[in-house]
Amino acid sequence: MIDLLIEAIKAIVVVVMVLNLAGVLLWFERKGSALIQDRIGANRASITGLGKRMGLPNLGLVNTLIADPLKLFTKEDFVPEGADKFLHALAPFLALFPVVITFAVVPFGDVVQIGSRTITLQAANINAATLYILATIGIGVYGIALGGWSSNNRWALLGGVRATAQMISYEIGLSLAIIAIVMTYGTLDLQAICRAQGGVWFGFLPRWGICLQPVAFLMLLTAGMAESKRVPFDLPEGESELVAGYFTEYSGGKQAVFMMTDFAEIVLVAVLITLFFFGGWQVPWLYRDGFHFPGGAHLWLPQLLVAILGVVAFMIKTIAFCWLQILIRWTLPRFRYDQLMRLGWKGLVPLGLANVVVTAIVVVLTSGAH
Amino acid sequence: MPLGVFIFLAALAVISALGTVTQRNPVHCLLALVVTLLTLAVIFIGLDAVTVGFLQVIVYAGAIMVLFLFVIWLLNLRTEVRSSPGYLALKAVGGVLCAVLVAELFVLLWHAPSAGGAQAVAPAGYGSIETLATTLFSDYLVSFEITSVLLLAAIVGAIALARRAPSPPTAGAPTGPEGA
Amino acid sequence: MVPMSYFVGLSAVLFAIGVAGVLLRRDIIVIFMSIEIMLNAVNLAFVALARRLGSMDGQVIVFFVMTVAAAEAAVGLAIIISVFRNRETVNADEINLLRG
Repeated sequence: MIDLLIEAIKAIVVVVMVLNLAGVLLWFERKGSALIQDRIGANRASITGLGKRMGLPNLGLVNTLIADPLKLFTKEDFVPEGADKFLHALAPFLALFPVVITFAVVPFGDVVQIGSRTITLQAANINAATLYILATIGIGVYGIALGGWSSNNRWALLGGVRATAQMISYEIGLSLAIIAIVMTYGTLDLQAICRAQGGVWFGFLPRWGICLQPVAFLMLLTAGMAESKRVPFDLPEGESELVAGYFTEYSGGKQAVFMMTDFAEIVLVAVLITLFFFGGWQVPWLYRDGFHFPGGAHLWLPQLLVAILGVVAFMIKTIAFCWLQILIRWTLPRFRYDQLMRLGWKGLVPLGLANVVVTAIVVVLTSGAH
Repeated sequence: MPLGVFIFLAALAVISALGTVTQRNPVHCLLALVVTLLTLAVIFIGLDAVTVGFLQVIVYAGAIMVLFLFVIWLLNLRTEVRSSPGYLALKAVGGVLCAVLVAELFVLLWHAPSAGGAQAVAPAGYGSIETLATTLFSDYLVSFEITSVLLLAAIVGAIALARRAPSPPTAGAPTGPEGA
Repeated sequence: MVPMSYFVGLSAVLFAIGVAGVLLRRDIIVIFMSIEIMLNAVNLAFVALARRLGSMDGQVIVFFVMTVAAAEAAVGLAIIISVFRNRETVNADEINLLRG
């Protein structure tokens, strides 16, 4: 009974964290893009006006996190004439659902020991967690495809077709990057991959995956940004050509759900990069019994504090990679569609295959023949 | 797997398969088929075939069905027109034959010797990707290589069949680099 | 505990639904989808019986069936596209040039 309660709490915490982080990222994006573009951004809405009277700058938090969602959810929900009503209503949630359930297998910390009970900080512990992630990313295509098709609008359909073709093309690059990681660590279990990134090389360098697979890191970053249709790969959304691409005909709450999908996918790509290449919840030189610094100093910490430090490190790394994606968005111009497809098929796929071959050779040579 | 879970999954699979063969709009048929595939993937995972279950989702529901969806879009298929009344007798005969098929299959398979019996405890590592890969690359290596050649042939064949014939070169003076 | 014959029975029902789809529908794409239902019903039977026998051979065969189904879907859909370009229809009754 207590076990069931703990599992339920973990699941609820994960879902709430993901959706909240998606919301906070919206603010990050608006203020961050304003910072990059040397402008101010949203700074008008405030509830009590106290901050303005005290002379503090308005950070736009009320604007982005309260006023905008409130506006979106109270707008009229308009279904275009001739559209397939059922699919038009289903598509946003079909797009959001696979992205959110992917976080069920993400380990956000090491174990926590409360009394005699050891709780792993992972909502669902399945052995084939990496395959599960690939499966849910594959299912995520349908929401976009149906959103574009069911709108009875040729620009939406065009955006939907472009988005679907782009997503399935870059899934191959994504899978090849993940295959290289799986070959390096020899396991599909995400918690085991994080644990294998503990420890140090040469006494001081943390054993993070980026040192073993730099090419796969770049591939995962590129393919992940293409999967979530962020600039520079956002031609399906095509803000200056297709109105809004596949979600042209969506208004109000459904549009909010599509945008939440966009930001949840940013978090997903950041989480995957953190887990596979930057040690996940590993803090450098932190083991279960405290810090072991390279000089030889040892700082003992209680187990609960170690677990909390791991979770905080995971959050910081994830937010850092979310920021990296926002930075890339507001720096690079958009790819043309044939350039995009060429990069996916003629660039990422051969590079990924070569990476897999080299990884295979290195793995066999360093671990002896099986 | 518990009996209640199986009954639910089986009902879902049968209802969505019926939806696939009865819906008028091809996209609705496709969605019903995707639901069937996902339900079957869950049943596979419940039968300890974990890798095959996830592969079903990744390959079948995630790639092959998207290919179907692309073709439906490309051909701009609309809702199927109801066929003329002359075919009603044909459909009735078809329905009766299918019912006979179900009855025959049930009789054969239900009482088959290997079909009965409770599930044995699965051997260690059953259905994991290591076991599948070991079996695939040792006992079935030749089939694996031939399948890869088959896939290459399918890719080349699909492109050769589906692309538009290259347009014949236009008669007249060849244009310069500026297209003058 | 679910007896194995339940899984095989489900496979039989799904197979028959696929056959019904192939026989009774006129749209070629839907006929194709019914063929996919039949293939999946057979996959289910393979996986269930492999579990019963504790052997991995059934799962390897399912792996191959999936691969061949992918290849067949690709080529079949390419054929449908070429037929559509020439005949402007995907109704199986109207594609009858070879009817004697």
